[in-house]
Amino acid sequence: MSRTVFGAQIIWEALIAEGVDVCFGMPGGAILPTYDALAKYEYQIHHVLVTHEQGASHMADGYARATGRVGVCIATSGPGAINLMTGLATAQMDSVPIVAITGQVPVSLLGKDGFQEADIQGVSLPITKHNYLVTNIEELGPAIKEAFYIARTGRPGPVLVDVTKDVQQTLMEGFDYDAIEVNLPGYISNKMEADPKDIARAARLINESERPVIVAGQGVSIAHAEAELRVLAEKANIPVATSLLGIGTFPTTHPLSISWGGMHGEAYCNHALQECDVLIAVGARLDDRLTGKFDTFAPKARIVHFDIDPAEMGKNLTIDTPVVGDALLSLRSLLPQIESTSHPDWLEQIEEWKRDSKEIDILEQETDDLNAPFIVRSLWHMTNGGDATIVTDVGQHQMWEAQYFNHTKKRSLLTSGGLGTMGYALPAAIGAQMGLKSEEVWVMAGDGGFQMTMIELKTVREQNVPVKITIINNSFLGMVQQWQDVFYEKRYSGTPLMNPDFVKIAEAYGIPARMVDKKEDVEDAIREAQETDGPFLIEFRVPTEHVYPMVPAGKSNSEMIRRKRPLLPTDEE
Amino acid sequence: MKFNSKHTIIAWMEDKPGVLNRVAGLFRRRNFNIESLTVGHSETPGISRMTFVASGSQRELSQIQTQLDKLINITRIQDVTDEPALVRELALIKVEATGENRHEVVQMAELHRAEIVDVTIDSLVVQIVGREDRVNALVENLRHFGIIEMVRTGAVAMTRSRLKTVEEFGSNGTNQ
Repeated sequence: MSRTVFGAQIIWEALIAEGVDVCFGMPGGAILPTYDALAKYEYQIHHVLVTHEQGASHMADGYARATGRVGVCIATSGPGAINLMTGLATAQMDSVPIVAITGQVPVSLLGKDGFQEADIQGVSLPITKHNYLVTNIEELGPAIKEAFYIARTGRPGPVLVDVTKDVQQTLMEGFDYDAIEVNLPGYISNKMEADPKDIARAARLINESERPVIVAGQGVSIAHAEAELRVLAEKANIPVATSLLGIGTFPTTHPLSISWGGMHGEAYCNHALQECDVLIAVGARLDDRLTGKFDTFAPKARIVHFDIDPAEMGKNLTIDTPVVGDALLSLRSLLPQIESTSHPDWLEQIEEWKRDSKEIDILEQETDDLNAPFIVRSLWHMTNGGDATIVTDVGQHQMWEAQYFNHTKKRSLLTSGGLGTMGYALPAAIGAQMGLKSEEVWVMAGDGGFQMTMIELKTVREQNVPVKITIINNSFLGMVQQWQDVFYEKRYSGTPLMNPDFVKIAEAYGIPARMVDKKEDVEDAIREAQETDGPFLIEFRVPTEHVYPMVPAGKSNSEMIRRKRPLLPTDEE
Repeated sequence: MKFNSKHTIIAWMEDKPGVLNRVAGLFRRRNFNIESLTVGHSETPGISRMTFVASGSQRELSQIQTQLDKLINITRIQDVTDEPALVRELALIKVEATGENRHEVVQMAELHRAEIVDVTIDSLVVQIVGREDRVNALVENLRHFGIIEMVRTGAVAMTRSRLKTVEEFGSNGTNQ
């Protein structure tokens, strides 16, 4: 049905038509007409006022990762839009669907360096999947429709729509969102079926393999192919590793799970990757944090790479059998061609490596000190074996979370893997919690990253988001300190932190909180947080510690640094 | 796989504001090595056509094409390096030409099948259209006289039509 509406109304009506129930943003001059029109739509779309626009883009990201729907953030021109960029780059690196709407100065002022003008299309160009500058009311509806289509199809990603203020204020006759057709002749969308010849070649390679390994990435989750992945693994008894973002696509409690690999992945997983003869990557982009030095990764393996993005084929590694297509469709056509086999010798070898890893596990060592792995494992137990969504920040705690929280649920770990954005956790968890409604959402952050965006505690309180927050506080930028220990002769340049009292900070925002520095109090604190109606913050004070294993940057995954074996002389580290 | 080779690639793209910026930004961001780039209209309204010459390993060249193809506004990519194709560039070369050597410059241009398109009392502008090596040869020979100024367009390319058999032309062997 066509109607006469203002540009500002088109924005809201388009969002509602796209199924958006919540959006995150902050007003300002160039987006004011749109905020003025919000009152008309408040019953259909919930607007969350953020403290800083970076929070808005991370919230949209957390919402999108947790629910699989498109996250939406809104900001004004110039500084407002630029503040969104960290979150958009984070989403671009991790293929997260976001639509960002930004206000822009009126067309008459474009290019005149007017107040709060910045070239947002130019700024966001390399860190978005696509972007639009709308200078004409006729283009507004189609731009938003295309933005949603591009964001959620194919390999998902963030799309920005920059709308000049005058367009928001212009009346348009005959607006009908449903009648707009997406016209993108150069865009390859989703549901691409792979070439049957590639599938057959992949099947042959997998059937011939003696020491196969699957590397499952986030693409499995995006394509909803978790069940098919499991059938493939079980049918041919193939051990499954994941990438960091692939955590949750295959239950880590499954006997064929070999956890995750890479720089701080499990040692037995890296051994398996280095020794396998066929590596089957599914929806994983095989980045440097997973592979270590490219030309020494999986040296004995022929690689089968399933991915929807043709540009990922051969970007980092030489691929023997590229299979371009949607992971779900590809696995479905692959499965009938896979022979049932078992690989007893190979699986026994992996078990042996696993036992060795367990022996030097920090949780097996007797220490009274509170440590992050202990906290993570306690949280896992206290959430009935991981029935919660964990949103991490970036650093040591992130790696420990990934190592010690046995993720069994899909989309249960939200983390900035590609860009490694400190400050991600709190705002992303707010977005996740708003998308997941009453499900349990935990923030796990370090003291450094938490402080980058802790101003969003204001949003937590204002929206009464029942998110549970943990801070692993070692008064250091811990991961950087670890690198200084290993590569810079313990010169702690810029890493010691003089922190505030986090309990008081939380209380200042009206959020109940407590501090824990003993192992015996961990369970009780987690229980108190769970039993509290609404948000709760726990500060865990821990001594500094290293994350092991560790593959030094630029080195081969065969050159892992391992934790010292207790009570045994060793030349390691 | 490792050795570098030079490739001529054609890309078709929607004629929208900022598209060239997207292409140039991609080349810069991905650290691709581009030797020349030429853009103009195609036979289809709303679609521009770009020819670019890039060098790199097979893997790099494949990355250039797949990454470019990911840009929403790019509609098609074709590598014409190993296909029968017409590849041409245009150059305008302003050469010092006083009374004594003017005749020699004109003769040199004629030998290269280039044209004189502008004449002043002390200079000539030579125009040449041809493959890159022909342009290079002329430029080298004109250096001797003193090049004041030069502009080259970079290559444009088009695949040749497939040669038709006698049968396809029709029974009388003519192209009517």
